[in-house]
Amino acid sequence: MSNFVVSFKRNITENTDEPRSNPFWVMVRREIASHIRSWRFVLLLGLVALTFFGSIYVSFGNIGDAVNDVKDPDHLFVYLKLLTTTDGNLPAFHVLLSFLGPLLGISLGFDAINAEKQNGTLIRILAQPVYRDNLLLSKFTGSLVLVGALFLVLTLIMVGTGLFVTGVLIEAEEALRILSFAIVCVMYIGFWLSLSILLSIAFAQAATSALAAIGIWLFLTVFYQIGISMVVKALVPASPVLSETDILSYNELLFRLFRLAPSQLFADATTTLLMPSVRSLGLITMEQMAGAIPSPLSYKESVMIVWPQISGLIAATVACFALSYYLFMRREVRS
Amino acid sequence: MENPIIELRGLTKCYGSVKAVDDLNLNIQKGEIFGLLGPNGAGKTTTILMMLGLTDPTSGTAHVCGYNATTSPIPVKRKIGYMPDSLGFYDGMTALENLIYIGELNGISDSEIKDRARNVMRMVGLENEIDKKTSTYSRGMKQRLGLADVLIKQPDVLILDEPTLGIDPSGVKEFLGLIRRLSRQQGLTVLLSSHHLHHVQQVCDRVGIFVKGKLLVEGNMDTLSKNLFEEKAFEVSVLLRNSLALPWEYESEFLQLNGIKQVAVDGQQIAVTSSHDNTPEIVKFFVLKGYEVVGVQRKEHALDDIYQKYFEKSLNL
Repeated sequence: MSNFVVSFKRNITENTDEPRSNPFWVMVRREIASHIRSWRFVLLLGLVALTFFGSIYVSFGNIGDAVNDVKDPDHLFVYLKLLTTTDGNLPAFHVLLSFLGPLLGISLGFDAINAEKQNGTLIRILAQPVYRDNLLLSKFTGSLVLVGALFLVLTLIMVGTGLFVTGVLIEAEEALRILSFAIVCVMYIGFWLSLSILLSIAFAQAATSALAAIGIWLFLTVFYQIGISMVVKALVPASPVLSETDILSYNELLFRLFRLAPSQLFADATTTLLMPSVRSLGLITMEQMAGAIPSPLSYKESVMIVWPQISGLIAATVACFALSYYLFMRREVRS
Repeated sequence: MENPIIELRGLTKCYGSVKAVDDLNLNIQKGEIFGLLGPNGAGKTTTILMMLGLTDPTSGTAHVCGYNATTSPIPVKRKIGYMPDSLGFYDGMTALENLIYIGELNGISDSEIKDRARNVMRMVGLENEIDKKTSTYSRGMKQRLGLADVLIKQPDVLILDEPTLGIDPSGVKEFLGLIRRLSRQQGLTVLLSSHHLHHVQQVCDRVGIFVKGKLLVEGNMDTLSKNLFEEKAFEVSVLLRNSLALPWEYESEFLQLNGIKQVAVDGQQIAVTSSHDNTPEIVKFFVLKGYEVVGVQRKEHALDDIYQKYFEKSLNL
């Protein structure tokens, strides 16, 4: 531990002393360049773009109905409606993204370290005067910069097209919400990215780490929910005995367990951000609802609701990254 | 004596219960070409990794250019150019781009970096292939690119791990000549590991024979062979027309010849070890006893024998 602290201190002092270009940014640059030139990124880009334009196309077709639906408290948020309206054939963009995001993250990171090791480039890079953590961080940053740029571009395209088609000016709150949505997407992908980088350190073969990452993803999106429901069902006693508070508390438990999965956190966060009328992510009793007028929340309040989810996503990302750091720092690197 | 540029003190590395490197002490002076000679799995690469701070020693210290390689690897890596035994380059990039990347990681300024890259490529004779992707490079070309890659940072110390692996004989000669020239011109210290004695012999000022984690012997070629001659002396093998009947009636008489230490009989072949060169006496003895001598061969002590001898010794430990 003390070694880490010393190396960290040294890192700071040396970086400030040095006027030359920082090796960290050199590595980030190379990382981005190699991703952009790779077929893998082109394919992913195509996939994301296809999803995005598909769902936007569907929502443009239904935007008129959605905006005229007076019963919906959110009907005046044209741009949020563009992102969430569907005709039932194609899920909305944020729902599709909860599947595509992991794929994007995993495929950008699953061979981060082990492929370099296999090619023999890892040892060559580590024989240069660079810190090991900088290498890890550059892998993460490089991919995240790409994903961030991708989502910024998509957001701007969406707003631009919306402006062009509807002629309605975007409101500040909508812009904020959409921007936050993009940021949450990037964070969610960041989690999968750091998980797959961790696996690329743990497993020597790129194929193994990819398979492991996909396994974890499948488990968390499909089997985890089923498993939790089964366990909770088994735990809950037969319903006639239960009081209302018991039911509430069991439900609360169920939701809490669901929220251990990052996909649930992402779904909660994006739904709340894109649908301002969502007031709570748990159950609300009749007493709580009494007297409430179904109206959209302000941006700040929505963010307050999803803050725990966002912190959870960041915490999971940081945990994976810390573990990668721990595994990688003192490992012997051989060619 | 000035401070050695590489100083290993009691360096030990254990993998579980296996000692890969065992209490290694070694000094290498500035400007020297040192050959680390040993069979596969002797711990050569592990030693090199410890010098670079890429793996932590179980005990002992490695100092390079005055820095402790374990606790401050960054300044050490600024001074060392390391060429690993299996070289890898980014296949999607050209040779020039690969070199520029390494140069940038070493903080060479942008204005200088291209000139340096072209310069080192000229040095290793690849100036015409500079814009080719490294995936199209042959093994020998990659090896030379690897040398360019370590030279671009203008290191004080070159560490080459099995640099001659997989290059054809004429390529080896050229490559080693290049290393020697560079060392002499620029005062570079070179540490070269190999399991191939002939390669090491061509360029090294000093050699250390390294087996099973231990440095068995260290010194220049002359010292090594002298040490050996003291022990092993001369060998003569005599070939007779007819097989020698055993037990040999003249054995005790033969052993009384001046300086004979050992006789080994294998059919028609008789191998004699003696403390000095007494080939004429031996031949005379056989002729006088009426044997028909078909051939006499005095064994020259090639450096291969030195190598073989030390390896055998260590295997018998």
